[in-house]
Amino acid sequence: MAEIRLQTPLSDESIEKLHIGDKVLLSGVIYTARDAAHKRLVELIKDNKPLPIDIKGQVIYYVGPAPAKPGYAIGPAGPTTSYRMDPYATILHEHGLKASIGKGNRGQEVIEALKKYKGVYLAATGGVAALIAKTIKKAEIVAYEDLGAEAIRRLEVSDFPCIVANDCYGGDLFQEGVKKYKID
Amino acid sequence: MREISAKKIEEAVREMCMDANYNLGEDVVECIKKAKDREDSPTGKAILEDILKNIEIGKNEKLAICQDTGFSVYFVELGEEVKIVDGHYMDAFTEGTRRGYKDGYLRKSIVDDPVISRINTKDNTPPIVYTDIVPGDKIKITMAPKGGGAENMSEVRMLTAAHGIEGVKKFVIERVEKSGGNPCPPVVVGVGIGGTFEKCAMLAKRALFRYPIGSHHPDKKFAEVEEELLEKVNNLGIGPMGLGGRTTALAVHIETFPCHIATMPAAVNINCHAARHKTRVI
Repeated sequence: MAEIRLQTPLSDESIEKLHIGDKVLLSGVIYTARDAAHKRLVELIKDNKPLPIDIKGQVIYYVGPAPAKPGYAIGPAGPTTSYRMDPYATILHEHGLKASIGKGNRGQEVIEALKKYKGVYLAATGGVAALIAKTIKKAEIVAYEDLGAEAIRRLEVSDFPCIVANDCYGGDLFQEGVKKYKID
Repeated sequence: MREISAKKIEEAVREMCMDANYNLGEDVVECIKKAKDREDSPTGKAILEDILKNIEIGKNEKLAICQDTGFSVYFVELGEEVKIVDGHYMDAFTEGTRRGYKDGYLRKSIVDDPVISRINTKDNTPPIVYTDIVPGDKIKITMAPKGGGAENMSEVRMLTAAHGIEGVKKFVIERVEKSGGNPCPPVVVGVGIGGTFEKCAMLAKRALFRYPIGSHHPDKKFAEVEEELLEKVNNLGIGPMGLGGRTTALAVHIETFPCHIATMPAAVNINCHAARHKTRVI
């Protein structure tokens, strides 16, 4: 299990170096989006309209943070469950998205999209929101402010901890990990 | 009659919203610590260590341990000798929730209509309040912020007597297995058996907030099933966050109720490792 420091935006070459089980410390700019924002982004793509953020080479973090207390860059901000974004993931990867961060496993369609468009799915630990928030140095809303917690935010992160759960070779850490510890 | 001011209830509710979201119960913390010591998977162990670190940060900095500060669910035992004065009972819960989530920097996660507009109510109201009228002159309130991710992994099934206890076990194991890493394991599994369609769902919900975590059903027959199910669920190998390991569940709690001769409903309600709930008596 390698520990890899990654700087965003991500290139195809940096994606090819990642394998399931690798621990990643992510730094740079990432964007937040969850259910409602994904719905809007994909509607724009389908209507051939420009997106409010450039997703090429980018990372989307599935999160709806809590409000920031005074003196904090962001409120507690752990990952939300990823399968709800599965119906939107393929089209975003087709348009250049390189990685998503969330919790829980992905459907077969997403695993195929990661192979086809060279992408990865990174798992972060759910329910450790205060701990993760310490790696987020700056946060600003860049689109869909009306959605509140679901607005798209631009985050600047430093050593954001996650694990490669699906790589661009079709690997799936959820399946592998469970197989290893299952007792019949 | 004992008079209790609605303002006093509102203030207690406001404080409980914050307390429940910042401070995980000591019983749950101890249970996670024991799980960490037992865990064989290095990844699983590291995740459990992060969970414990996060709990400390929440407590020390008065921060929500999870950004999903949940639907505000209240279980109330209202003494029949209590008279509410200075306001209305339900308003006390609504206002207390609104103020608690605002003052506590907690996330507002409720949308108005569930399907079509889905516009956020922006104050985490309305709360859900279940009230039982009991003898006495006190009000006992349990506040539980219920996260959405684990709630999505829950299910009610209308089993019949022919399924027997083996059918219930199969249902519980299948439900946890299908949930995988989605509900933020290690989870607490609440099982309701008996009653009607809605009653068994209520039993499963209440089972999640049994105190202390891991204590057993008073009937030995069901206590044994709880132990057996915990072992079987942990043998699934799902592990912390679904990435493989020995700790898939912290506890399995079963609640039962008599049921109709034609039925045997069962419900599984799942809670994440942040098994948050606080109780106060006024």
